[in-house]
Amino acid sequence: MKSKQITGKESGSSIREFLITALIKAAGYSAILFVGMIFFFLLLESFPALREVELSNLLSSRWYPIEDYYGVLPLVGGTLIITIGATLIALPFGIGTAIYLSEIAPRWLRDTLKPLVEVLGGLPSVVLGFLGMLILSPYLRIWLDIPTGLSAFAGAILLGGIAIPTVVTVAEDALDAVPKSYRDASLAIGATEWQTIWRVTLPAARSGVLTAVMLGIGRAIGETMTVMMVTGNAPILPTGLKNLFSPVRTMTATIAAEMGEVANSSTHYHVLFLIGIILFLISLAVNVAASAVVFRQKKSQGHILS
Amino acid sequence: MDFLVSVQLSQYNLYVQNIKRLLVLTFIILLAGCSGRGISAQDPSQQIKIIENKGSDTIVNLALAWAEEYQVIDPTVQLSVTGGGSGTGIAALINGTVDLANASRRIKEEERNAALENGSDPVEFVIARDAIAIIVNLENPIEHLTLQQISAIYSGAINNWKEVGGEDRPIVRLSRETNSGTHVYFLEEVIRLGEKDNHTLFAQNTLLLPSSEGIGAEIRQNPNAIGYDGLGYVTDEMKVIGVALADGEPYIFPSARTVNNDQYPIARDLYMYTNGEPEGVIKEYLDWILSSEAQEIVTELGFVPITK
Repeated sequence: MKSKQITGKESGSSIREFLITALIKAAGYSAILFVGMIFFFLLLESFPALREVELSNLLSSRWYPIEDYYGVLPLVGGTLIITIGATLIALPFGIGTAIYLSEIAPRWLRDTLKPLVEVLGGLPSVVLGFLGMLILSPYLRIWLDIPTGLSAFAGAILLGGIAIPTVVTVAEDALDAVPKSYRDASLAIGATEWQTIWRVTLPAARSGVLTAVMLGIGRAIGETMTVMMVTGNAPILPTGLKNLFSPVRTMTATIAAEMGEVANSSTHYHVLFLIGIILFLISLAVNVAASAVVFRQKKSQGHILS
Repeated sequence: MDFLVSVQLSQYNLYVQNIKRLLVLTFIILLAGCSGRGISAQDPSQQIKIIENKGSDTIVNLALAWAEEYQVIDPTVQLSVTGGGSGTGIAALINGTVDLANASRRIKEEERNAALENGSDPVEFVIARDAIAIIVNLENPIEHLTLQQISAIYSGAINNWKEVGGEDRPIVRLSRETNSGTHVYFLEEVIRLGEKDNHTLFAQNTLLLPSSEGIGAEIRQNPNAIGYDGLGYVTDEMKVIGVALADGEPYIFPSARTVNNDQYPIARDLYMYTNGEPEGVIKEYLDWILSSEAQEIVTELGFVPITK
């Protein structure tokens, strides 16, 4: 509406104006449309699974589809334990790096480091998986004295590494957007540099930092190739912290490993789509939670930042 | 550090080998494509024919080697070879996207039914034989196991190497993914000892690795690990275990000789499936594969040729 008032002085341009606005609007709505269509397709393909497989089978702790054991809990648990582990690694490292880049590092160092971090984000995940399989997992086995290094922990470390560049980039932008006057004011009343970062800059950029973390988690949940190569893919239901050091099988790895083999429209095929829906709902929940928090904070902090 | 370097080197060699093969194949296809087009301008009967070949990862290197060789023999035929697992190949045959499916196991009843429903009729050819080697780390002092012991290890009844006369170490079981024909064969013939009404499963903490390379990499560096794979994938950096049919029977190591005289207990046939009785170029190709010339390549790659 605003744009119309600004450029609407010539009446000839109003049709063009209308068309462009409509196109941009359509582009915006198309994202909703695509998500809706994907969800509908997933529902359609996964619905028969609920009819063909008994609920007690789906909720059991055994996943062995070639003998009709369709317990999805080990897979959900596997994804959750790896995602939580990856978040615990990416959170301190990612935000720490972002704070260093934005608040502490001299300009030239920042200009070198930030592109490097972004290059790290562009590393193909299969390469990371390869390194994890050949280098990380053998050392993990020796250092931690566990039966095999192909474990949830190896997956969490690599996924943390994959999520860090996302967290750093977004969080650094958010910190950078905090007006300089905030810092100046804080330092002027005698706060140390650390107090300024922890009590002023970081809270002011909170919503951006939170978005960064959520995007990082999203990246970790959906990652497939790396986890397939380093987590051992044994469908064990995680029951506690000790499972972080044993092999797990994630939902993404299961879909990737098994989708190629299944006969179209078989029970196994439908159950794989059901797993797809669960994965979809989990990432949706993460996103909704993130935007809810961000939205609430924007409302309460709106008067400070604008 | 030393073992790491060697692991990476052999990995590297394997890759270079595969890439070389692919390059040669692509080059030949390109050449064949060029010359073929030239000929077809004059004589339409000389047109390039494409055979799509897909399936078992166990067979993929063999199929590639055959394809390379066959390109020289008959440049008018283009072969496109891909892996993905026996199930993947058979699914592709059912869906009509390939001409030849490679499988390291027999087609399942439900797969055959699905194929018939879809209007295709899979015909089976035994193209080579393969021994499944039981492999462990070089540091593992175990020399041999009985079939029953291997079954007990993989079903989770035995969890420590000392229970079969080894060191006090936990056993880490490695297996291929469930879409691998080798996995299904191992389940039926080793874990269930070939008994039809035996419903034992893999122990739940069996590691399911997506490739033969994944198994090799873990075996090379982990003294706790036990794995199985086709004889063609065994290298000097792993230790092959002698297997006895039962307690008191002789322990046999896998080789072409012990497979062909039926001494080694874990051996199987490798298959190709066609859609209906093969005709034309596909028939010619299959006939060539069964010839002694093509079966020599089988030996070179560590598999066991079929003896007529």
